[in-house]
Amino acid sequence: MSPRKLFEQELEELRQDVLQMAEWVQDGYDCLFAALEKKDGDQMRRYVRHDRTIEDMQRNIESQCLSLLTRQTPVARDLRTVSAALKVVTDLERIGNHLSDMAELFVRMDLPELSRYSPAFPDMVRETRTLIGKAARAFVERNMAMGQEAIDADDGIDDFFNRIKEDLVKELKKDGSDADGCVDALMTAKYLEKIGDHGVNIGQWEIFQETGEIDEIRLL
Amino acid sequence: MEHASIMNKKRRVSDQLLEALIYLCAFLAVGLLLGIIGYVFWRGFRTVNWSFLVTEQSPTKGIMGIAGNIVNTLYIVVLTLLAATPIGVGGAIYLNEYAKPGKFVSLVQFTIETLTGIPSIIFGLFGNVFFGKIFGYSMLTGALTLTIMVLPLIARNTQEALRTVPDSYRSGALGIGATKWYMIRTILLPSAMPGILTGVILAIGRIVGESAALLFTAGSGYYLPKGGMGLFRKLFESGGTMTIELYLQMAKGKYDVAFGIACVLLALVLLLNLLTKYLAGRLNVENRK
Amino acid sequence: MQDSKISVSSLNLFYGENHALKDINIKIRENTVMALIGPSGCGKSTFLKCLNRMNDLVDGVKVDGKVLLDGEDIYDPGVDTTLLRKKVGMVFQQPNPFPMSIYDNIAYGPRIHGIKNKSRLDEIVENALKGAAIFDEVKDRLKAPALGLSGGQQQRLCIARALAVEPEVLLMDEPTSALDPISTLKIEELMNDLKKRYTVVVVTHNMQQAARVSDETAFFLLGELVEADETMNIFGHPKDKRTEDYITGRFG
Repeated sequence: MSPRKLFEQELEELRQDVLQMAEWVQDGYDCLFAALEKKDGDQMRRYVRHDRTIEDMQRNIESQCLSLLTRQTPVARDLRTVSAALKVVTDLERIGNHLSDMAELFVRMDLPELSRYSPAFPDMVRETRTLIGKAARAFVERNMAMGQEAIDADDGIDDFFNRIKEDLVKELKKDGSDADGCVDALMTAKYLEKIGDHGVNIGQWEIFQETGEIDEIRLL
Repeated sequence: MEHASIMNKKRRVSDQLLEALIYLCAFLAVGLLLGIIGYVFWRGFRTVNWSFLVTEQSPTKGIMGIAGNIVNTLYIVVLTLLAATPIGVGGAIYLNEYAKPGKFVSLVQFTIETLTGIPSIIFGLFGNVFFGKIFGYSMLTGALTLTIMVLPLIARNTQEALRTVPDSYRSGALGIGATKWYMIRTILLPSAMPGILTGVILAIGRIVGESAALLFTAGSGYYLPKGGMGLFRKLFESGGTMTIELYLQMAKGKYDVAFGIACVLLALVLLLNLLTKYLAGRLNVENRK
Repeated sequence: MQDSKISVSSLNLFYGENHALKDINIKIRENTVMALIGPSGCGKSTFLKCLNRMNDLVDGVKVDGKVLLDGEDIYDPGVDTTLLRKKVGMVFQQPNPFPMSIYDNIAYGPRIHGIKNKSRLDEIVENALKGAAIFDEVKDRLKAPALGLSGGQQQRLCIARALAVEPEVLLMDEPTSALDPISTLKIEELMNDLKKRYTVVVVTHNMQQAARVSDETAFFLLGELVEADETMNIFGHPKDKRTEDYITGRFG
C-alpha cells in the first residue's frame, strides 16, 4: 500500500487530463476531414477557432505538472511521467494548431477535394490519423510497443508527402492554371507531415516515460 | 453547535485545601530550620569570642578554647577527602565507563547503595577494631574510617554526574581519535565536576557532623599540633573534632560551651558550603571562559 | 581500482543474534559525496559507523569481512583506532560541541594528536573554521562557549572540529536532521565544497538532500545494500523495484 494516496490520485488526474486532451485533438482531426468531405463550410469556419480550447487544456495540464513538481518533488518514474506529460501536451497543442491552420486553408480553398490534387491524399490523411491515435494511446496506456509502432509509421507518412509533392510538381509543370490550389495542397500535405512528426514525438515521450531514454540518449 | 465554556464555575474545594496544606508544610519546614539555627545562635553567641576560637582547651588552667578541635576538624576533613575522593571518583568512572554490565557490577552497585544506609556507629565499631588495631586512637584511624563512610556518597554522586554527561560528548571525542582515558580526563571529568563537588560537599557535611564513628577511632584529643612536624605527628595522635567536643561538653552538662561550639560548627559548615559552591562555579566548564 | 578510497567486501555485522548488515559490497570513490539512504533501521547508520570502527564501542557487535581504506584493512588487529579516526572523521546527527570554548573545541583533536604549539594551533583552528564556513561568524568570539552558538553554527563547528585533524574521509550521520532549512542549506553547500579535498559519506533521511548533495547514492533495506549507483541513476531510473518504491514514496 502506498503512503502517497493524494499524489497517486493527482498523477491519475494528470493522466486523465492528457487523455482528454488527446481525444479532443483526435476528434478535431476527424471533424475537420468529415467537414471537408461533407463540404460543410460553417463547421469548417467554426473549426478555425478550435485550437483555443486545446490551448486552455495545455495550460491547465502544464500548471498541474508544475504544481506536482513543486509540491510532490517526484523522482524516478514519477518524474519521468510528469516531465513527459509536460512535453506531450506541447506536441498535442502543436497538432491542434496545425489543424486550425488547415481549417483556415480549407476555407480559403473553398473546401477542395484533396484527392483531385493527388491520389495519395486520402491514404495520408488516414495513416496520419492512425499514427497520432496510436501515439496518444501508447502514452496514456503506457504501451511502449505501441509507441514504437507510431514512431515506425512515420516513414510511411514521409513517403506520402514525397509522393504528393511529386504529383503536385508534375501538375504544375503540366498546367499552371491552378497554381494557388497546388501550393495550398502542398501546404496541407506539409501540415499532415508535421502532425505525423508530433505523433512520433509523443511516441518517443512514451518510451522516455518508461526508460528515461529518448532516441537512445539517456535524459534521466 | 454548542461550544464548551472554558470559564471555571467553581474551584474545587479539595484543591484549595491541599494548596493551603502544602503552603503550611513549606512554612513548617523553613520555620523549624530557622528556629533551630536561631536558637543555637541565641544560646551560643555569648560563649563565642576571640580567645574561645584561638586558644586550646586547658582544664588545668581552667581555659576553655576550641582551637584544637577546629584544627582537628579541618585536618580530618582534608585527610578523609584526600583518600575518599580519588577512590570514589575512580570507582565511579570504572563502574560507569569501563565495567561491562553484569553480576559483578550489580554487586558493587548494590554494595555502594547499602553502605550509604549503614548507621555510622557500625563504621565506628569496625574502624575501632580494624584500623584501631594498627594505628590506635588517631586522626589516621578516624580518617580511614570516615573514608569508608563517605566513599559511597562521593561515588554515587560522581556516577549520577557521569550519567548526565550526554553520550554525544563521548562519541564526539572518540570519533576524532581520543583514547578512552583522554576523553574521560578532558571531557567527562570537567563536565561531571559540579556533581563530584556536590558529593564532596555532602561528604564534608557528614564528616563535620559525625560523632559516633569518630568517638572510638580518632578519640577526643584537643591539643594544637606543634609546628610542621607536629602536623605530621598529629596523624598518629588522638584528636577530637568539634562535634566530639560538643558531645563531651554536653555529657559534662556544660550547655553554654556546647552551644558555643554549635555556633562555630554551623558557621564552619556554612563557610565550607559557600567555598565549594564558589569552587564549583569556577570549575563549571560551561561558564569557563 | 585505484580511485576507490574505501572498498568494502563481504561485510557482515551482528548485534548479538541480529544480523544487522548482510554481505555488503561497495566501493566509495575518492573526492566524491556518497549518500546512504533507506528507511529507519535499515543499517545505513550502522554501516557508516563501520567505516571508522565506532561500532567497536557497542557491546556484542561482531564484524566480519573487509573494509579497505587506501588498501589497508581497517579491521586488521594491527590498526590503531586513534590513527584510523584521525583519517576518517565523523560528524553526528545532533550537534555535539564539547562544553568548552569554540577555540578549544577545534583544538581538541589536534591536541589529542600531540600538537601543542600555540601558533600552530591558532593556524589549524582558523583553517578548520574557514573550511567549515563558520570562521566569519565566530572569529571575534573564539573564547566564547561553543554551547552558546545556534544549532546550525554548532553543527558547522562540529564539522570544523572534525576537519581540524585533517582527515581524508568525513562520515556524516544525518548531519542536518536537527537543523532549520537555512542551516541545512549552508551545510549542503559545505558538503559540495568539502568533496574537493575529502571523501564524504553522508547518511540522510532527506531524499532531496541526497539528490542535491551526492554524486553517488546507496540504498539500504533490512541490512542489505539493494543498489548503489550514480545519484542521477538512482533518482532517474533505479534498477531495483525496491529502490524505486522507496524513493518515490511507495514503500509500504
